[in-house]
Amino acid sequence: MKVRPLDFEKPIVDLERQLEELKKHSKLQGVDLEHEVAAMERKIEATRKQIYENLKAWERVQVARHEQRPFALDYLSLAFTDFTELHGDRLFGDDHAMPCGLASLGNYRCAVVSHQKGRGTKENIHRNFGSAHPEGYRKALRVMRLGAKFSLPIVALIDTPGAYPGVGAEERHISESIAVNLREMMLFPVPIVAVVIGEGGSGGALGIGVADRVLMLENAYYSVISPEGCAAILWRHRSHAPEAAEALKLTARDLKELNVIDQTIEEPLGGAHLDHEKAAANFKTAVLQQLDELNKKSKKLLLEERYQKFRAMGQVLEG
Amino acid sequence: MPIFQKPTLKQGTNRKREMPEGLWQKCPECGEVIHNLELSQNLKVCPKCDYHFTFSARERINNLIDEATFEEFDQNLLSVDVLKFTGVASYSERLESYREKTGLKDAVVTGFGRLGGHDIGLAVMDFNFLAATMGSAVGEKITRLVERGTKAGRPIIVVTASGGARVYEGMLSLMQMAKTSAALARHAQLRLPYFVVLTNPTTAGVMASFASLGDIILAEPKCMIGFAGPRVIRETTHQDLPPGFQTAEFLQRHGFIDIIVRRPDLRTTLTRLVSHLSSR
Ligand SMILES: [Zn+2]
Repeated sequence: MKVRPLDFEKPIVDLERQLEELKKHSKLQGVDLEHEVAAMERKIEATRKQIYENLKAWERVQVARHEQRPFALDYLSLAFTDFTELHGDRLFGDDHAMPCGLASLGNYRCAVVSHQKGRGTKENIHRNFGSAHPEGYRKALRVMRLGAKFSLPIVALIDTPGAYPGVGAEERHISESIAVNLREMMLFPVPIVAVVIGEGGSGGALGIGVADRVLMLENAYYSVISPEGCAAILWRHRSHAPEAAEALKLTARDLKELNVIDQTIEEPLGGAHLDHEKAAANFKTAVLQQLDELNKKSKKLLLEERYQKFRAMGQVLEG
Repeated sequence: MPIFQKPTLKQGTNRKREMPEGLWQKCPECGEVIHNLELSQNLKVCPKCDYHFTFSARERINNLIDEATFEEFDQNLLSVDVLKFTGVASYSERLESYREKTGLKDAVVTGFGRLGGHDIGLAVMDFNFLAATMGSAVGEKITRLVERGTKAGRPIIVVTASGGARVYEGMLSLMQMAKTSAALARHAQLRLPYFVVLTNPTTAGVMASFASLGDIILAEPKCMIGFAGPRVIRETTHQDLPPGFQTAEFLQRHGFIDIIVRRPDLRTTLTRLVSHLSSR
């Protein structure tokens, strides 16, 4: 699979081209350039490291949106076993932007809810670009209720640009479908772990994001509004998205500092899209560790700590 | 997705500015010129076409709560510019100017009071303060009110209006949706009633949290209610919006709103509902 480079990766692309030249030259001319090739490979890795260690918020958003990034169903096949998808909200329809079902992670039988984006136009239309309708949130609620009923921990994989802004979504009360999930997730007496694997787009992300532990992949973002939307409102033009991304503090590092998330999951160097297996392995290790910890708690403690976790969010001044 | 600007009304809001400041107002719906005194006496409802003008939090409390029974909470709770947000205007500056303009510290007033003799907890959002967007202060005040209501066994009434989450507070504003809903979950566990009164406009993050969770959901006539803004929907879907889209009447037809209540009838309707659902 040829990986599409991002704009800020140009230095890497240039070096990779030079490496190709070297290899071609060596082959054509029959010269031994083994040392030069090795040095160039080291240089590429060093450059990649240098770039990825200093990613700006807006650049991370690009990585989070990379269409070759592992999506929810990739984690479901690579990190989980025995995924059985459960379809439909039993009210209106089956939202393909939110696959939900039963799956095992290590020794844990889980209820899983997720957002799923597509690769390419056809698949993206099928998945509605990962933007869910009310029936998606209501299906997730139904499956989470199964989790609560059968004492299965709940794992939520968040990856959406936002809930869908459309006529049908409004007619079927997208707001209500999200709000009810926020309230109900607070009361499920089973461990809940939510992981932002790519895009954490506003209320659409939070709609399956009330959890005992909220994790984020290193290059994922989680934001109250898209950087473009924020720029349009507060800078009066979308072209200011890079500044908006910086100001919104939407990266895993910033959100850990603000206590909005609990843990960052490391990605393979150069982003999760370069190595799905490694990303899934890191995901699995992190989630299992959280489930092990949560599993030791009594239901009462679990619910009290979940309440206090969200209760503490925000900063105010007593005047 | 939060909507920040005031949604434009059908007739355009610039008409109002042509009128002499202070004494008279032109109804944006029917064009009737109304004296301010008459408008106030009529609870800011147009006597000709029934258009409901924006009501401030103080006006709302005076209208609903039994005289001299309102005990306000957390009056001096302030939002903080945690992210040091500087776009075209800085958040601190905007907060300062709205505090001056409205005499409020933030976009919601909360407290305990009596409604037709019933002890209740009340929160009223004020659209005049930064489009009543929800930041940490709004979320915290509503959460504290609900928690106090839970402890005291009181029904809660929230009169909403909001442009959504307060973008300037980034993710901390989004998390207020979870925080307020969590407090309501506990209030509901004790089988205490919760009433929502939607007023013009209630949208986005507030709509997708406590404004949608009422045991009973009321709305003022013709108010705009939605998750996404109409412009965003049009741009995303390239679709014409149905007539009356995102109005209280539209949402009632689609099964969301229990009762549409004219402002002059709100107090009696709420009193009757509170009385009916209160424990004896
Ligand atoms: Zn009128």
